Amino acid sequence: MTKPTDSGRRRFLTRSLLAGGATLLAGCDALTRSDAMGKLFETSSALTQQAQRLLASRQSLAREYTSADIASTFRANGTTNPDEAAYRKLAENGFRDWRLEIGGLVERPQAFSLDELKTMPARTQITRHDCVEGWSCIGQWKGVVLGDLLDRVGVSDQARFVVFHCADRYRGGDAYYESLDMLEAYHPQTQLAYALNDADLPIANGAPLRLRAERQLGYKMAKYIMRIELVESFANIGRGRGGYWEDRGYNWWAGI
Amino acid sequence: MPLFGKARPDPDRPDGAPTLIKRHSAFTRLWHWVNFACLIILLMSGLQIFNAHPALYWGKDSHFDSPALSIGAERDASGAWQGITRIGGYRFDTTGVLGISGPSDDLERRAFPAWATLPGPRWLAKGRQWHFLAGWIFAPMLTAYLLYLVFSGQLKRRLLPRRDEWRHLGETIRDHVRLRFHHGEEARHYNLLQKLTYLLVLLGLLPLVVLTGLTMSPTMDAAWPWLLDVFGGRQSARTLHFICAIGLLAFFLVHLALVLVSGVFNNLRSMITGRYALHPELSPAQPHAPSSALPPQQEPRDD
Repeated sequence: MTKPTDSGRRRFLTRSLLAGGATLLAGCDALTRSDAMGKLFETSSALTQQAQRLLASRQSLAREYTSADIASTFRANGTTNPDEAAYRKLAENGFRDWRLEIGGLVERPQAFSLDELKTMPARTQITRHDCVEGWSCIGQWKGVVLGDLLDRVGVSDQARFVVFHCADRYRGGDAYYESLDMLEAYHPQTQLAYALNDADLPIANGAPLRLRAERQLGYKMAKYIMRIELVESFANIGRGRGGYWEDRGYNWWAGI
Repeated sequence: MPLFGKARPDPDRPDGAPTLIKRHSAFTRLWHWVNFACLIILLMSGLQIFNAHPALYWGKDSHFDSPALSIGAERDASGAWQGITRIGGYRFDTTGVLGISGPSDDLERRAFPAWATLPGPRWLAKGRQWHFLAGWIFAPMLTAYLLYLVFSGQLKRRLLPRRDEWRHLGETIRDHVRLRFHHGEEARHYNLLQKLTYLLVLLGLLPLVVLTGLTMSPTMDAAWPWLLDVFGGRQSARTLHFICAIGLLAFFLVHLALVLVSGVFNNLRSMITGRYALHPELSPAQPHAPSSALPPQQEPRDD
């Protein structure tokens, strides 16, 4: 009988540990993908939404900062320069031909030019943008309060969500879109911004118009908005989960 | 060693037999094990989330060109990838663990390695799902346990140091450093170091990790704006959250080591059934205890 050498034994132990660890990790990943865990995750996200809605009143505001807090460069994320032909054409012409269409469950579907939006009462706010990745950036936004615009077109009673359809296809894939429920859409700080730090909204940050939903994470705040649609359910839009990133596993509730 | 209390042998059993005491209540035991599972999930899913933006900042927002800590990968002079961790002005080569990790033929650029994150592969969406699910068990359980400690009187009785204990601090530290643990009557109560550690974790790190976590939520910041003031901004809170997590990991490792060296069976039993055995100690306080009367497995320092 030959005794295993120390190094052989060590190698065996290391390999067993690695194999055991790999099995455990693979098990965790299988669990992560399982339907049962999926249901639990959804329950937990629904709980988060309800709890946060309970704690944050309808009107509670995200903190507003001073001009001294504004970051020198506002970090751009996701699509930063859409290459769709239709969008390029609009951009080349300074978005003079761009129109924001508002339709779906509204009483008076309408289209607004950028100049028309700019003549409407505006709100300016210096707020912190929190990315789902973990970073934050402070900038000054100016735009139309979404609630004001919705009141102009008259939201029908059936409408439960506001869907934002965008010009960009992230990494050439599906069209970007996002959705808010009526409570968040009518929050006083929720706006369609056309200016960042006292200048026209740069293309990297979503020109000509982007959403600001200041109590939510960055992926909610759709850029390059082309059309707003009021719906009762978003089940038939995209993959049915209410947004581009939601369709890829992120929570619809982005308050955390 | 002076001041050893007298262990009280069970009168019905031969001299020197251990006395079983009830050490942990059912709720403490339940909380302990649920917490154990939650903290592992929270730590590993937290590292997955960290990997999405592997840098920490101090203040309201991220000053991208001057992070307090960053983990990344850079090419060295020969063009090979190196894992580089920067803390303050210092630069550390952490190739293999932080920045660059994985099998040598399939190195991956990621801050924390796959074995430390949940899920293993880069998957922020699911990391968040795990984190919040475990958080929903962890935070309410912590709240309930802290209330229980206060209202059952256990906080005062078992954890708050008595004034006279401070006088023996040096002695307690010396005993710990020498890995000399009490097994007799002294072990009926936590010693000062244990009390201070558990207080630091229960009233410090654990509540802090929850509150700094909540501060990262934009909706919570609207609901409770004071969170931002308390922690000096969202990015400071994120950094503190990370530091708390490292602190809890350090506690866990030391706790585990001490559980192992101070009588693993007795310790585990006390956290499963609640029963803990006190062994009479051989000490100057019991100079006449004949050591031959002790069966080998009941030797005072059998571990």
